[in-house]
Amino acid sequence: MNRLSELMIARRDLLKGGGALLVTMNVPAAALLGLSKAEARAVARKLNPAALDTWLAIDGNGIVTGYWGKMDMGQGVDTAIAQLIAEELDVAVNKVNIVFGDTALCADQGGASGSSGVQRSGVAFQAAAAEARLVLLEKASAELEVQIADLYVTDGVIYAKSHRAKSVSYGKLIGNKLFDAPITWNGKYGNRLSLEGRATPKDPRDYKIVGTSVRRRDIAGKIFATTDFLHHVTVPGMLHGRMIRPSAAGARVRSVDRSSVKDIPGVQVVVENDFVGVVAPKEWDAIKAARALKVEWDESGAGFPTNSDDLFNWIRSTEPAMSTVEHDEGNVDEGIAGAARMITAEYEWPFQSHARMAPAAGVADVRDDHAVVWTDSQKPYDTARGAALLLESPLLQGRTRRRSRHVRGIWMPGPGSYGRSDAGDGAMDAVILSDAVGAPVRVQWTRSEGHAWDPKGPASVVTCRAGLDARGNVIAYHYHIKGFSRHDVNSREDDPSEVLAGHLLGHTSTPAWAMRSPNDSYKFRHKRYSWDALAPLRQQASPLRTSHFRDPYGAEVHYAAESFVDEMAFAAGTDPLAFRLRHVTDPRDAAVLAAAARSAGWETRSAPRKKRGADGNYVGTGIAYARRNGAVNAVVAEVEVNANSGRVWVRRMWVGADYGLIVNPFTLDRTIEGNLLQATSRTLFEEVKFNHKMVESDDWLSYPILEASDAPEEIKITHINRPELGPRGAGEPTTRVTPPAIANAFFDATGVRMRRVPFTPERVKAALTAI
Amino acid sequence: MEKTFAINVDGHEHTITADPAMPLLYALINELGKKGPKFGCGLAQCGACIVLQDGVAVRSCVLPISAVSGRVRTLDGLGTEDEPHPLQKAFIAEEAGQCEYCVSGWIMTATALLEENPIRSDGEIRRALTGLKCRCGAHMAILRAIKRAAAEMAVAQGIQAR
Repeated sequence: MNRLSELMIARRDLLKGGGALLVTMNVPAAALLGLSKAEARAVARKLNPAALDTWLAIDGNGIVTGYWGKMDMGQGVDTAIAQLIAEELDVAVNKVNIVFGDTALCADQGGASGSSGVQRSGVAFQAAAAEARLVLLEKASAELEVQIADLYVTDGVIYAKSHRAKSVSYGKLIGNKLFDAPITWNGKYGNRLSLEGRATPKDPRDYKIVGTSVRRRDIAGKIFATTDFLHHVTVPGMLHGRMIRPSAAGARVRSVDRSSVKDIPGVQVVVENDFVGVVAPKEWDAIKAARALKVEWDESGAGFPTNSDDLFNWIRSTEPAMSTVEHDEGNVDEGIAGAARMITAEYEWPFQSHARMAPAAGVADVRDDHAVVWTDSQKPYDTARGAALLLESPLLQGRTRRRSRHVRGIWMPGPGSYGRSDAGDGAMDAVILSDAVGAPVRVQWTRSEGHAWDPKGPASVVTCRAGLDARGNVIAYHYHIKGFSRHDVNSREDDPSEVLAGHLLGHTSTPAWAMRSPNDSYKFRHKRYSWDALAPLRQQASPLRTSHFRDPYGAEVHYAAESFVDEMAFAAGTDPLAFRLRHVTDPRDAAVLAAAARSAGWETRSAPRKKRGADGNYVGTGIAYARRNGAVNAVVAEVEVNANSGRVWVRRMWVGADYGLIVNPFTLDRTIEGNLLQATSRTLFEEVKFNHKMVESDDWLSYPILEASDAPEEIKITHINRPELGPRGAGEPTTRVTPPAIANAFFDATGVRMRRVPFTPERVKAALTAI
Repeated sequence: MEKTFAINVDGHEHTITADPAMPLLYALINELGKKGPKFGCGLAQCGACIVLQDGVAVRSCVLPISAVSGRVRTLDGLGTEDEPHPLQKAFIAEEAGQCEYCVSGWIMTATALLEENPIRSDGEIRRALTGLKCRCGAHMAILRAIKRAAAEMAVAQGIQAR
């Protein structure tokens, strides 16, 4: 049976089944790619992680399809997965297609999450592909009547060493048929899903495809404008939706004047408690209706107990909801009490917005017995689960029949997402609107909603203290972070209580107390890392609700930690690089520090050098390092500081990176560059301003980010490849070392410590006039 | 009150019936099926919607359909896989951009800059790109790609790139 007839049968059965999703097993990627989005919904697969067929399929031409349960957001992770599969199967990488992002086609490996794309799911695919190769060798052994040990594979063709004439291709052996073979699954879905077969994956020394710079697969379609983004999904009968947000944080709907939009053609107003939206057949009419709709808001009880000017004093003076000591060696209090000298410092980090390139969007088609959600969320599995629960919500008064419905999530490309952004929230708005009006709806948030109402990175104050002995050695170090939990809402939109729409309906969120401590291998006689987590400024439908933002709490925690390590080094009269090398205990850590410093031509110093460039700007360099989930990296930043304008330019950066096994050097370097620049932006420019009523940073003027003129002149990355470790996530680790490297470079340049992010021109000028 | 407007996009004449105040972007996406220009802010603050109007980069998210004149050029009409524009070739070669949601802004702005004169200093290029946003932080590769395309365009014009 060819692919298309298979799909046609799938569609016919779908229609016969009254719209129920049909299940077929082996859907080659090429067939799917040719289908429109509306047609593709008819196809589904029976997903059992313990069956090899769930993960891999091979068609009659030997084209391999990998069904991947994570997403690629433009870092080329799907390309890396294809490389890992091709390597284990001994086929050319251009013969491996990757299907991903569809909950009906691919088993849940957690979506894009925690830089685990290659580190976790890639390793699972190595096991699956190695097992598939073994199954194929077994089949070939029977067909060719030779021992398995006598077989080898070249580019998808199995040959017998002893009889050159004996050969069979993968396509001929199994083309479009099932492997019908098991693979051992650890029983867990999501990031933790792991697979193990009878076959052992290759020795890294034999790699031919892994470690090469295969080019990204998504890029041409986006550059030639042929790729469908989420924003191009159209479904027959689709309407356009827009949301109307509370006038203040926590404001409640008092009344909605539906007559205020009665002159706009086809407009329907949807009101569910404090969830207010409009839909219209034409997008421009939906926009006009959202602007025109008269809603009266009750602001009694709305707002925040503090504002962005008083935020850090509020953090200092508020009782924590939970306190934890994560690391305690020796006795820090005694160590500091007995020290000859003590140093202390405080560092402040504000709320930050994901501020994606475009605000949230979503498309939903909610039917009586099933629903489809097209989303750019990193986690469409959780979007689908959350949507199903939302449709069962007893708080929904509209058309919904309030019974369990099968929801399918289909990921589509969207603006880059770096954590729990507003993407999932946009999908849920589309679900409620579609359910309410009984038609498919595409919803698009405004820029203001994207900035003001997306989940935020948490604000914090870090207090550090250290005791030095009479000879200037640091003997005791205490790091304490107090701030908002990074988990007011979950990093997954899998429940109505975790999404803005659910909050506006009245679902109550239950925050979790999650913070972070520095991740390093520093040895001091006495060392304590502790944290205090604060309850959110608003529990319900808060524009300042926190959730995961790229390297959650990594930037905030290590900005302070690695700034203070610098302060300890200078207090000890030691060069900051030498100080770090003296105190780290893991050789991998020392290696990345040395690599970054060597590449930068590090000059030793025991005090800030306050060099002046040719144009009178202060010039300096700084170093920082940190570990993250099995990865480790160091960065040296060179900054230029203009005392008159207050401008800080990060002119050069040198990275020492150890992310275990390198799968694709070319895309890896771009991933690191993007990470460095986004972290530089967060350090220099980004702060969410808010007053007692509402978030004020609600566009690119009030929430500026880095632009081309701020980009460095040069970035040099030195890799330490450690194939024996397997891959380690590279999508986030430089986020945490960039802010302190910039702060330390600023100190070397000016002799002034920047202990408050962002380093805006006003703050820089104020800091420099104080000296 | 809707009216009918004739616009020329990527070399084709189109008739659009719309509210005169509707920005061009909504016609490009919903009526003409263009996939290059995108909605990023609706405020002329990010560049995701940029198209060329008679060779000048304009923000289609705020340009009323009634004010559209001359020839509009979008990323969709810039080149094809068989006949790519030098900037498209360079963006693919450098893998410039990550999510690529913003890419119309960078490529169309650079098209206007380099088609006027491909010989540009680093400072001129960076200044011309002021006001364009890229949240993925892909600026390094974007700058490399634009310089690569500039060199190719300069050679094509018979001018030795300096």
